[in-house]
Order: sequence, then structure tokens, then C-alpha cells
Amino acid sequence: MSELLRLSISEANDLLSRRKVSSVELTTAALQRIRNSDDRLRCFLTVTDDLALAQARRADERLARGETGSLLGIPLGIKDVILTKGVRTTAASRILENFIAPYDATVSRRLFEAGAVCVGKLNCDEFAMGSSTENSAYQVTRNPWDHDRVPGGSSGGSAAAVATGQCIGSLGTDTGGSIRQPAACCGVVGIKPTYGRVSRFGVIAYASSLDQVGPMGRCVEDCARILSVIAGHDTNDSTSVEVSVPDYAEALGPSCKGLRVGIPKEYFVEGMQPEVEKAVHAAVAQFERLGAVVSEVSLPHTEYAVPTYYLIATAEASSNLARYDGIKYGLRRGESDGLLAMYRRTRAEGFGTEVKRRIMLGTYALSAGYYDAYYLKAQKVRTLIRRDFEKVFAQQDVIVAPTAPTTAFRVGEKTSDPLQMYLSDIFTISINLAGLPGISLPCGFDAMGLPIGLQIIGRPFEEARVLQAAHAYEQSTEWHKRSPPD
Amino acid sequence: MAQAFAAGLKSMDYEAVIGLEVHAELLTNSKVFCGCSAKFGAQPNENTCPVCLGMPGALPVLNRRAVEFAIRAGLASRSTVAACSRWARKNYFYPDLPKGYQISQYELPICTGGAIDIDTSAGSKTIRLTRIHMEEDTGKNIHDAHGDSSLVDFNRCGVPLLEIVSEPDIRSSEEAGAYLRKLRTLLQYLEICDGNMEEGSFRCDANVSIRPRGTTPLGTKVEIKNMNSFRNVERAIDHEISRQAAVLRDGGSLVQETRLWDPDREATRSMRSKEFAHDYRYFPEPDLLPLVVSNEWIETVRNALPELPDARRQRFVASYGLPEYDAEVLTARKDVADYFEAAVRAHANAKAVSNWVMGEMLRLIKERHLDAALIIRAWPVLPERLAEMVALVDGGSISGKIAKTVFEAMVKTGKAAPDIVAAQGLTQISDAGEIDAAIDAVLAANPDKVAEYRSGKDKLFGFFVGQVMKATQGKANPQKLNEILKKKLQA
Repeated sequence: MSELLRLSISEANDLLSRRKVSSVELTTAALQRIRNSDDRLRCFLTVTDDLALAQARRADERLARGETGSLLGIPLGIKDVILTKGVRTTAASRILENFIAPYDATVSRRLFEAGAVCVGKLNCDEFAMGSSTENSAYQVTRNPWDHDRVPGGSSGGSAAAVATGQCIGSLGTDTGGSIRQPAACCGVVGIKPTYGRVSRFGVIAYASSLDQVGPMGRCVEDCARILSVIAGHDTNDSTSVEVSVPDYAEALGPSCKGLRVGIPKEYFVEGMQPEVEKAVHAAVAQFERLGAVVSEVSLPHTEYAVPTYYLIATAEASSNLARYDGIKYGLRRGESDGLLAMYRRTRAEGFGTEVKRRIMLGTYALSAGYYDAYYLKAQKVRTLIRRDFEKVFAQQDVIVAPTAPTTAFRVGEKTSDPLQMYLSDIFTISINLAGLPGISLPCGFDAMGLPIGLQIIGRPFEEARVLQAAHAYEQSTEWHKRSPPD
Repeated sequence: MAQAFAAGLKSMDYEAVIGLEVHAELLTNSKVFCGCSAKFGAQPNENTCPVCLGMPGALPVLNRRAVEFAIRAGLASRSTVAACSRWARKNYFYPDLPKGYQISQYELPICTGGAIDIDTSAGSKTIRLTRIHMEEDTGKNIHDAHGDSSLVDFNRCGVPLLEIVSEPDIRSSEEAGAYLRKLRTLLQYLEICDGNMEEGSFRCDANVSIRPRGTTPLGTKVEIKNMNSFRNVERAIDHEISRQAAVLRDGGSLVQETRLWDPDREATRSMRSKEFAHDYRYFPEPDLLPLVVSNEWIETVRNALPELPDARRQRFVASYGLPEYDAEVLTARKDVADYFEAAVRAHANAKAVSNWVMGEMLRLIKERHLDAALIIRAWPVLPERLAEMVALVDGGSISGKIAKTVFEAMVKTGKAAPDIVAAQGLTQISDAGEIDAAIDAVLAANPDKVAEYRSGKDKLFGFFVGQVMKATQGKANPQKLNEILKKKLQA
């Protein structure tokens, strides 16, 4: 593999601005890497060679004019639930198999305006519903550390592609852990921003009150650089918030002095992999060495997070996915047999098993006579979960916890047991319900050499503090320097 | 005894209980959740974008102007405008609904309460409002235009709507008609809806039940749809009341259902029963924040409200001295009332102007279909021109009779009255000599009639007037003609 593909964004940025390397060279290396490795890894659903090279050439022109910019000329991958104008965008679903996005998502537009290069669209669970990327209608992405294992999900392609150097960074989306859990599984860094921090306009909706776009990279600083570009208020997304965006990379430093770190006791549960628990405790000790003040805290409603999530997320999904009806775009089947048959066949053939399961769950939860007992109750519990965090954050600056209870599991291991699969997100889901920012970064490896993820959670809109804590920890350890076998 | 009971039922007198749901399309320039034009009449799917087409990833952004219009409607109908209301998704599948849900309001609408006062032959009455909520309109399915397949036009999709729901306070088709007309007038005055039932910018569904007169429990409710004119609403309600009464009188029972009015057959037919009613699975719209309306905003809107129809009607009586009836007719339409006032400003004979506006003008507008949606379109006579013509009559330049001819020419050609009068030589002949000569000629030509008149056949006076008018092409000043003719015949 080309050395170019192990560069961090700031290293690449430096070489680009000193004209030691061109964006076209960097991009060509990434495309070459994808060609050589993706028949095994299966990270990309669409490789956008022509677009990438055109964008790289334009970036080189801008660089030649002396322009600078932290993402100018940097090859990135974009999860296939994020619209990219003129490029096929499928949400890893058959129902959008031939859908060419008619417009750019706000995050895509911001990346492109900043001069970033899109090398392709990354595989994920269909409509971002899953924890292993096995629910993709097209392919199973492999974990770069062990090809028999899953990369996590739903942003499995985004995590694996970054881990293996197919691109320098990527965008994922996180509704219940879909950036952080695959980041943990693949040994990379991924941050889910505060709900409202990043525009959702042009992001194919799974659960509107939970979805957030976030960056994935091989180090905290890379994520900080990408986040600075994509974050910020967007008039096209009424739920995006007008809070100014700091330069997240600028604020990073080595110290955690006086940082108050809460360790939630509910996040160390029976049945979790002992090596994960051990690695997280070791990381906590490292925080203390860096000057942090560590206390045990309690988030008492944690045990209700999974059921609460699977009511709210599926309810919203059942409505969000109603537009895929064969009328306007995407797959259409059975049109000669009348409207009802067309709806039925289009959706029966267009959606996969997990998507159908969640549509049915959500439809049920919203139905007359059940709404109060399920959806409304879940909203009330969501409020309790949010309050748990508010109470802890009155005393603590960040919360540190494991990202997932285990390292990456084997392909096929949990596909027949949806409930087991849902538990992969047991430590990440609450953060979405509370709308908080959360990052996952490597904090060790298990006996099989699989990466372990550490999660750091912050107050609303305190991404800078979360990134700072993560960066300080990362720079005091060597975990992020390990690469998967080529 | 059973027979006696049945006979009792047969002779039973029923009372109708009616509630109306009105959908009013708002006259905003752009749609409620995107920037597309909300104007009617564009090429199919011209006014669309990813948001109103329900493209993947598209999100709604609220048009504040539509909210302002809803506040206007709320204030004008004495409703309470909620400080915080909420958007909800109404979920159902239909090709004209691109997202598979309609953004509407459910638990917390923008307006609650309120009332509309109506006048009927039985006197005046207040119809209470349950609520007014905002929502987006759907597209339109077009069938049979393209072989076996149907097409969808999404131009209307996302146009803002108000749904105005009345309490079941209406008791007859007459009250229903009066309520709808009053409501439409109100929305038109507020300049928020053009009120065109035929084009669908003002739509009405009716909930009708009946109960034995004098009882309070409500009967089984039937919803009637597909009534696209006031007259159809009235006929459908009358028909539905009779149908329900007939079912009960025959010992049958009613089912809760939705029925469609078929104007050709003059009947309603069942569309779906309660068992097949949709479960819309309403839930709060997560893509939009709760709708917060500040007191300042409400007050700003209140201060900018125009004069409302009731107030204007009273003012027309008080300050122009018009009869109640004239004031009612003139103020029923804002454009007509505006026209009237502009004309009176130019020539201060309110009653004469009122007669022209209510009579000739509204008749011609109706005949020539120059109005649509309560907005006068293509009416060629400016109010100042009408005033000018009335002034010619008042000044004795033309007779009232000639004025009708002049007015029709004004409508046809768009020319001013003095020009028409001059060009066609229609100026009234008031010169005594000229009239004298015309009379002499008529009398000379009809000596036998003159003799008959003089022997007591008074009725012939009209004949002579007619002959003189004929000879002068109607231009003789009638008063002078009468005067001189009388003198000459007596001589």
C-alpha cells in the first residue's frame, strides 16, 4: 500500500500545500487501493473515479493558486445514505438501486466546496438499519482486521475503508451507534455530533429525531478537521441549531488536567467481553495519569434505552420509508396489476428483512390503541434518559464508557437473532436518545488482535471538549498507530 | 303495539346535526414547506423541487407567511391563537402524497375555539368553530389521460391549507350554505384565500347525522365528500338528511361511513365504512420544531387586519345611507365593496352607484363569467368611469334609459361614457324647441289618435310619448317631453 494512504489529513494537507504531492496523486493512490482491495473488503457500493479525478484536478488548481483549506484535495468516502448529486445513492437498498441523487446533501456540498474529493459511496446496512453492515442489499463488508468478521454497522463501509487506507476519512451516520460501533470494530475514530450540530438535509432519513452525520478517520484530529467543515446551521434543516462552529482541530491539546470524567456503572454489564472491560478501565487510568478527575456515576435508566430506541426509531422509520412506493423514483414492481399490487410488490421486493421488520414494529407502535402504550411511553422514557445525563453533566465534563460490549463478531453470527444484534448498540443508543455528542476511538486490542473502542460522551454542543479529551488520550497511547494487516 | 311504535317512528320529526370541515388554500406566493411557487395554472410538475416531491433526504422548512395567514383567520374568527402548536404527520399511502404522509397538525392546532355569525331566513345564529389547523395540500392524480396509466401532478403538493372545523351547530342546508358563504367572504376579506370552490381552493366536507327533534344524543354520523359548489353542498345535505330519515323510518339503522356526492345522480353513495377507515398513525413531525407564535406577532397581525365584512356592512348603512339589503349585497364580496367605494369617492351618489353595481354590473359579470374566485377578472369598467356615467345621468345629460345603452357600450368597448355619448349622439334633448317640433310632427301624423285622446282616452298619452321617443331615438328629456306634450294635447 502506498505510504500516501497512511497520511493523516494534516500531513496530507502539508504535503499538498508545499506541492510535494498533488491531489490527483493522492486520489489516484486511493482509487488504486480500492481497486486492489475492495473485491475482498467490499466497502464501496459505487466508486466515483471520474468525479474524484475531476475534483482532484480542481483542488490542484486551487492549490496552485495558493488557496489553502484543511480538506482541499483530500480523498474521502461518503456513506451511501448521503446524497451526492449525479451519483447513484442507494442507502444499500434494492428500492433505490438505480437512484441518481438529484441534489447534494448539505454535508456533501460543504465537503465539495471545501475542496474535498469523493472517491465513492460506502456500503452500510440498508437504510442504516443494523449493527454489522450485513443488512446491505448488495454486499457484506469485511472487517479489515479479520475478514471473517463484520466491520460493525451501520456505517461499516465508512469505518473499514478508512481503516484500510482506501480513503483518508469518511462520513458516516449515527442513529443508535452507527458511527461509533463500527469505528470501535475497525479500530478507527468516529464522532457522532450533538443532534442539530450537522445538517440532515439530503441525508436519507432513518429516524429523524436521532440521525446525525459525523466524520470517521484514523485519528481524532482528522475527525475534528472534517467536523469543522460539515458542522453548522443550515436553513434547509429546521432541526439544525444556530450555534457557532469552532475550529475543532485548533483547540486540540495534550492535557486533561482537571477534566472531570464520569464512569457510568451501568455501562459495565454482565456478559460483556472481559477484555473490553479491562481495556476501558486501563483507559480510565490513563485519563487519571493525564490529570483527569475520575468518579463513578449512575445513569439509572440505561436499561430502558434499547426498548425505547426500538420504539421511537422504528416509529419514525415506518413513516420516513413510506415515500419508497414505486411512484416517483426507485424500484417499481407490479404496476400492471393496479395500485395496491404495485405498492405491495415494490415494497416486498425492494426492502430487505430487517427494514421490513422495523417498518412493521414502528407501524404497530403508532397504531390507534397502541400509541400511548408504546410511542408515547417511549418518549417519556427518552426524557428520563436525557435527564439522567443532565444530572451527571452537572458534576462531570465528560463521560467515559465502552463503545460496544464486544469486539467485532463473526459474519453470520447474529443474523438469525435480531435481539442479540440489537444489543451491540447497548452502550451507544442512550447518547442518541439524549442527543449528545459521542466519540469512539481505539483503546486496545483483544487476544485475537481485534480493536476495542473507547467512548467519550459530552454535553450538548461540546464536541470541542470531547475531541480534546479524545485527542489527549490518543496522543498518550499508541493504539491509533496500528494498522490492519494489508 | 309494535305497529303503533312503527307508526310513531314513521311520523317522527327529525332534526339534522351538521358539522363542516373546510379546506382553504392559502394565497401565499410559495408553498408551505419549500420555496416553490404556489400559483395555480402552471404546466404539470413545473412548480416542484426535492422537498415537495418527497425526494430522499429532503426536509421541510416552514413558510412564516402561511402562519401569518392562519393567525389572520384565527383572529378574524375570534379563535384563540396558540402560543405553541405542533406539526404532526398523517400517514397514508396515495400516489398524490409523495412522502407517504401529510404534514398537518393534530393534537395541538394553531387555533382553537372561535365562531362565525350567520344570517338565515330564521334570523341570526352563531356557529362555533372547533379548531383551525394548518397543513400541506396534496398533488393531483390524473386518470385516463395517458392510456391505462395514471399521471400525477405535484404542483399543488405543499400549497398551504387551513382546515377549519366547525362544531356540529348547523341544523339545515340553509345554515350550512350561509356559514360557507360567510366563511368564504371572511377569508376573502383577509386576502388569504380566493375561495374558488370549482377550482378547489375552497373545499368542504360535511358530517351529517339526524336525531328525533327534541332529543340530545347524537345520531350516527355520515361524512359526505365531493361537493364542489355551494349549491352541491346544500343539495347533498338535504339529500343525506332525507336518506337517513328514510332509513330510520323504515326501521333500519345507519352505519358510520363516508359517502360521495354524485351531482349527476343527485345522490350520495358509500365510499368506505368505519371498519375500513384509515388509521393515520399521527405522531409529532420530527423534522420541524414546535410552532411558536409570540404575542408580539399576534398583535402585529391584529393591527394589520382589514375591516371585516360585518363592520363594513354596518358602515355602508350608517355612512352612505344605503338600505340593509344593498349593504349586504355590496359587502358580500370585498372586490365589489371596494369597487363601490371607489366609485362613490368619484361621484357621491351612493344609492345610484349602488343600483348600478348591484343591478347591471353584477348581472353582466355573472352573464359573462368575468368573475372567478370572488375576484373580478377582466371587468373593463373602472369605478371612476362608472361614477362619471352616473354623474351624466344626475346632471341631466343622458336619461336613465340611455344610460343602460351607454353602460353596455362601456363594457363592450372600455370607452368612457362622455365619449360614447358624443360619438353616438346620445345627449339628451332638453331644448324645448326641438322637443316641440318632434311633438308637433307626431300629433300631425296621428290626428285620429289626438281626437280620441281629447274625447277622454287618457291612456293614449303613453302612445304619444313612445312615438316622440322613437322619433328622437330615445334622447328626449322625459320630463320636458311630458310637460310640453301635456300642454299641447290640452290645447
